[in-house]
Amino acid sequence: MLFSEYLEFIQSDKLGPNGQIKASTAEPTAVIGASLSRIDGPLKTTGSARYASDHNFPGMVYAVPVGATVASGKIRSIDTSTSEKMPGVVAILHHGNFDPVFRNASGGRNSEQRPPFEDEVVYYWGQYVALAVAETFAQAQAAAAAVKISYAPDAFNVSTNLSDPMPAIGASEGPRVLSHRGDPEGVFTSAPVKIDYTYTTPAETHNPMEMHATVAIWDGKKYTLYESSQGVMNHATVMYQVLGVPRENVEVISRFIGSGFGGKLFPWPHSALAAVASRRLNRPVKLTLSRKMMFANVGHRPRTQQRMRLGATPEGKLLSLCQDYRNHTSINDDIRENCGEATPFLYSTANLQVSSALVRRNVGTPTPMRGPGAVPGLFALESAMDELAIKLNMDPVALRLGLDTLTDEEKNKPFSSRHLKECLQVGSEKFGWSKRTLGVGSMRKGDLILGWGVAAASWSAGRGVAEASVSLRADGSARVSSGTQDPGTGTYTVVAQIVSDKTGIPVRKIQSVLGSSSLPPGPTSGGSTATATVIPAVAEAAVNAIKITLTAATTTKGSPFLGKQVKDLAMSSGRIHLKNQSPESGIPFEEILKLGNIASADGQGKTGGYGSDTDGKNFSSHSFGAQFVEVEWDPGICRLRVSRVVSVVDAGRIINAKTARNQMAGAIVMGIGMGLLEQTTYDSRNGHPINDNFADYVVPTSADHPEIDIHFLDIPDPMIGEYGARGLGEIGLAGIAPAITAAVYHATGVRVRNLPVRIEDLITANVAV
Amino acid sequence: MDSFTFTRSTTVDQAVQLAAKSLTAQQGAQVRFVAGGTTLVDLMKLNVERPREIVDINSLPLDRVEPSPAGGLILGALARNSDVAHNAAVIRDYPVLSQALLSGASPQLRNMATTAGNLLQRTRCVYFRDTAHACNKREPGTGCSAITGHNRMLAVLGTSKDCIATNPSDQNVALTALEATIQIQGPKNKRSIPIHDFYLVPGSTPHIENVLRPGEIITSVTLPPPVAGTNSTYLKLRDRAAYEFALASAAIVMKVSGGRIQHIRVALGGVGTKPWRSFEAEKVLEGHAPDRALFQRAAEAALKDARPQSENAFKVELSRRCIVRALTMSTKSA
Ligand SMILES: Cc1cc2nc3c(=O)[nH]c(=O)nc-3n(C[C@H](O)[C@H](O)[C@H](O)COP(=O)(O)OP(=O)(O)OC[C@H]3O[C@@H](n4cnc5c(N)ncnc54)[C@H](O)[C@@H]3O)c2cc1C
Repeated sequence: MLFSEYLEFIQSDKLGPNGQIKASTAEPTAVIGASLSRIDGPLKTTGSARYASDHNFPGMVYAVPVGATVASGKIRSIDTSTSEKMPGVVAILHHGNFDPVFRNASGGRNSEQRPPFEDEVVYYWGQYVALAVAETFAQAQAAAAAVKISYAPDAFNVSTNLSDPMPAIGASEGPRVLSHRGDPEGVFTSAPVKIDYTYTTPAETHNPMEMHATVAIWDGKKYTLYESSQGVMNHATVMYQVLGVPRENVEVISRFIGSGFGGKLFPWPHSALAAVASRRLNRPVKLTLSRKMMFANVGHRPRTQQRMRLGATPEGKLLSLCQDYRNHTSINDDIRENCGEATPFLYSTANLQVSSALVRRNVGTPTPMRGPGAVPGLFALESAMDELAIKLNMDPVALRLGLDTLTDEEKNKPFSSRHLKECLQVGSEKFGWSKRTLGVGSMRKGDLILGWGVAAASWSAGRGVAEASVSLRADGSARVSSGTQDPGTGTYTVVAQIVSDKTGIPVRKIQSVLGSSSLPPGPTSGGSTATATVIPAVAEAAVNAIKITLTAATTTKGSPFLGKQVKDLAMSSGRIHLKNQSPESGIPFEEILKLGNIASADGQGKTGGYGSDTDGKNFSSHSFGAQFVEVEWDPGICRLRVSRVVSVVDAGRIINAKTARNQMAGAIVMGIGMGLLEQTTYDSRNGHPINDNFADYVVPTSADHPEIDIHFLDIPDPMIGEYGARGLGEIGLAGIAPAITAAVYHATGVRVRNLPVRIEDLITANVAV
Repeated sequence: MDSFTFTRSTTVDQAVQLAAKSLTAQQGAQVRFVAGGTTLVDLMKLNVERPREIVDINSLPLDRVEPSPAGGLILGALARNSDVAHNAAVIRDYPVLSQALLSGASPQLRNMATTAGNLLQRTRCVYFRDTAHACNKREPGTGCSAITGHNRMLAVLGTSKDCIATNPSDQNVALTALEATIQIQGPKNKRSIPIHDFYLVPGSTPHIENVLRPGEIITSVTLPPPVAGTNSTYLKLRDRAAYEFALASAAIVMKVSGGRIQHIRVALGGVGTKPWRSFEAEKVLEGHAPDRALFQRAAEAALKDARPQSENAFKVELSRRCIVRALTMSTKSA
């Protein structure tokens, strides 16, 4: 582990960053922090992991939705005469003949509030307006293409200029102050050094490899839904209401997920379409989205427009910070992108304002995308910081170090564990930042110009409520289960590691069972909180299962521990032994279970929310990081590539170095996509996301993958709970785009404030060709 | 996708006969040959191509790469892009072709894609590929959605008021610089067409992209004997490092002798409605001493008639820089 490398920091932080917090974590065994391959890896690499759409059932039919070809209007008529007569067609469903679908009013989070086919109104291009169901996929596709729909189009707006029109003050979407302290406007006005720029980030589409899909089965009473879901529990909670049945009559299964990036957190309308069709036809229904539908129907990161005003002293003291932003949302849903997430506490300043407004557009409903809010928000904040450093003629690392604070000035609480300073310092050293020369285009590598940029990163740390169950079985194995899921992040492996740590049973003998709403309720895989949330529940369940085994050891005839006290026994290395003696002196736990004729010792565990078992409520918990980026610029052919990234992250304790690194590397490459390539473009004449395919929506390829160097500080956060792990699915993306644009400026002299950086922006660069 | 019949042809004559009943060999053809299928099947799934009959030509003996009697090279119509790219004679005598092929698509696609299929690949214009939008190329007379829409990837040379679709191929740009000839067999006769005359600019009939008539099959592409002492280079510029069509590309075949450019062929990709031979650039270069100023003048001449659209003005400059760099590279490797 990198632990040793950071011994210095850890030692100076033994008592926590503020010198007053007692570390709550016992030193775990070596399985924690180990670089373990995913236990589900072989299933995936051999193709035997079954994803949602891999499920087939006798009598199953295929459903293909028809998308609207207007961005706003009313359906005038739907002509199904041709499609209904086509071979294999079972039904063509639409608002005129659909069964009731309901809104969820009793908990759970849905994506689109409007149930599919509710009425004849179209709010965005691609909105489902009909569903063709047929015996084969090809027949359903052909039938869907043959449905003729005429519309009475209405006026619509997909403009990327979010000032047009401005939301009215007082309207639900109107400007709202999210954070305020001191006199930000007044102090800005009189500040000696000012930065005042507007930054925009485009709509981005999640595009996980695996398309959304639902296979729905109705057995006359109960629905079983095979989904690609980042939240099986929430999905079931929403769908029972949407379908109008009792909670126990919906089971959601999502064993393997070809990633989600947030796009699969909440149910989308196709799930209801498939479920209702299965009930109507009394046959299993498979509905798989096309890549094209992925761009219109299942959310996106909304476009943001952020005005940043920074007032500073010539020495680099931040006098005032204002972030006034707006983001687009759909006509029916109020989705606020929390761009100001990190702004109030990242740097020390006495005067601050964050305000937010929503701007309606005729687009599908936005949804969280990896690092929602903070990632576009940090693009603006960190770009502005870089511009301030340049204006002050200061090193951007030094500027940030000077503004570091160990108190969350928004909440007036100390951070539970903040090491942004160390991230910047370690990153500088790893990257070689001191060799940077200031001038634009001043660094060379052969014929190429190099640009170096840096940005800070932050992501919230949190923990929800969850339950888990652990069974120690008489065959010497263990089973751990929770109604959470593994969207490719490594959760299967992490929960097994926790059980292994507690019991000493090797990971290979531990079966992880996730991905069903019938399991003990587990967390949604979102907000980088799944690990922090599920760990304490699993740990407690394991401890309880051990207690049951120890009790059996003291009460079972023939047990060497008969008559002993449970408190004097322990379980380690998979063996029951006297606490004050070595594991070898005891016997394997399964011997006890066999003696007692017990199939398995089942322990339950529960996680309370953040701070329920620590002093966390008195602290502010966040992860931090520093991103250093090098770009290579070939002005002769206007070619810009990211060549090197150094990323240092403070995300609490690392449970599995390999899956953690994997999360980081994936996020960094995604950040390169955000910085240089990705942008969902809506055609202004009809609202169609016109680049709705992988040739026109360009994401990084392997050839774009730079040299990536990832360092974890690996300092446990004493307030997040046992093990001190904060989670890091998202922070790797934060800060990459502004570090890229800073490096682009350093190389080319062009400051790009509207992402992504494109050849169009650079071709005018005034560097000698 | 519509239903279709599928026939595997065993002889070239049979394939020609099967296809001869099609009313056109252009957009809307009722009968289509399938080779690698990497263009055709995609477009059928999108309902852009709706043939009633598919003639599989993959068992025809047209997959060889062999020397021509004249000392050039014959590329069989069914030779896979990967096989051509890695062919020793191609690498030695026509490196520009190998480089162009390897810059295109992905290894998997190149293993399927064929020489003739690549010649006939269709534009990537998003409006052509989506039946929800008007497109003169897909449905003549419906209008061009691209001119007033998103046209960043589209052409600046050879456009018309009815169509600005780019020919997206890399291979075809190299073949144009190499002055390849296309061998065609039809129901009545065989013909041989220089690649420059094979493609048509859109004008008012963008749905007619080349000179092929119903039933005609491409049997091979012939490369003329390599000109002794030439260098050739393909340079492709795009947003990301791999697996993307060209924003601008250039194929150069150049011979410098006695300090002067003696043989020069310049072809451009990513900017033209067909693989673009720049006679204008060649005229500037021919007979002169190679230097940067000359290359810049050649690039200016090549793009003199460029007509950029709302989103692709940058391609004019990008194409110029591509030409200058490709010419410079060709000089260096001399
Ligand atoms: C994702 C993707 C990325 C790509 N990227 C690139 C790129 O970067 N650069 C690039 O240049 N190309 C690229 N391509 C295009 C690719 O090169 C072409 O699809 C391929 O060359 C077509 O060859 P094929 O044999 O598969 O053609 P097919 O799809 O089989 O046929 C294409 C057309 O040619 C006709 N045809 C085929 N053979 C004959 C014949 N012998 N005689 C007459 N007609 C014939 C068919 O009827 C059909 O109309 C890409 C394609 C895809 C799908």
